[in-house]
Amino acid sequence: MKINRNRAKPVEEGDLTPMIDMTFQLIAFFMVLINFSQVERSEAIQLPDSTLAKPPDDTPGYRILLNMKSNGSVIFAGSVYSQLDELKGALSREIRNAERKNSTLQDIQVIIRAHSVAKMGKVQELIGICQDVELENFSLRVNEKTRSG
Amino acid sequence: MKIRNADAAKDKAELNMTSMIDIVFQLLVFFIMTFKITAMEGDFNVKMPRASSQNDSIDKPFDEPIKIELKADTDGSILEIIVDGESKGTSFQSLANFVVAKAGAPGPERDKIIKDTEIEFDCDYDLKYEEVIAGITAVSGKRRADNEIEKLFEKIKFKDQPKR
Repeated sequence: MKINRNRAKPVEEGDLTPMIDMTFQLIAFFMVLINFSQVERSEAIQLPDSTLAKPPDDTPGYRILLNMKSNGSVIFAGSVYSQLDELKGALSREIRNAERKNSTLQDIQVIIRAHSVAKMGKVQELIGICQDVELENFSLRVNEKTRSG
Repeated sequence: MKIRNADAAKDKAELNMTSMIDIVFQLLVFFIMTFKITAMEGDFNVKMPRASSQNDSIDKPFDEPIKIELKADTDGSILEIIVDGESKGTSFQSLANFVVAKAGAPGPERDKIIKDTEIEFDCDYDLKYEEVIAGITAVSGKRRADNEIEKLFEKIKFKDQPKR
């Protein structure tokens, strides 16, 4: 008896091309929009809004990002500082690190991300701590508020 | 002559796509999970070196600074805005109007005034940070009808506070 071998084999395969096309398009979309710089932003901080806020035009030579929570404690480099005086040592180390990368004190931008209901006195204390270690360029970070919003 | 492999032309060499699709979907899931829409952030730049007798005479503005006191009520909201000793109530809009009037009409004269004038904020310790940002926004400029920013005073500093 003759056995037709080809009959046992047939496999019905859908055309995967459109699905793969779409999937790659989606991946490209998310890759373009993902912003890894947000990693260092603290989720606990709700920034105040300002209609004049504009993203900075140029990136500073070296930046130090300080997040201040509503209770006045500061998050810096993954550590929480309840006593602001304790921050001096960490800032001094950061400045030495910047100097090793050929940045001067004038090149260092201190970006303060303070919670909208944090006390201004605490923010000024933080600025004072930075001034004690001779930092002088500060950026007060705010959320961009559109005219309609 | 008999052709043995008549079906040979039909046999396509097909790659196994399963592993690629697996990886691609893994990537897709990763990007979807990590994707987050956040508002754009901007900065107000403030240059504030520690006051010392040496550089006091160097960067000193030609004109007296405009002194803005921001008083806080018990819950940290704005209680009163005082500009050069004159009360402006609690409205930052009246502060903005004052500043625009102080700067004058657009032109070289305004540019000189803006360049030479410093704004000094004297804020209560308990005042909410968002109220101070509202004050800084009022003096820094305004958005025109065409959505462009008209810049005003940029030299901003804070009066030192007694430490608690």
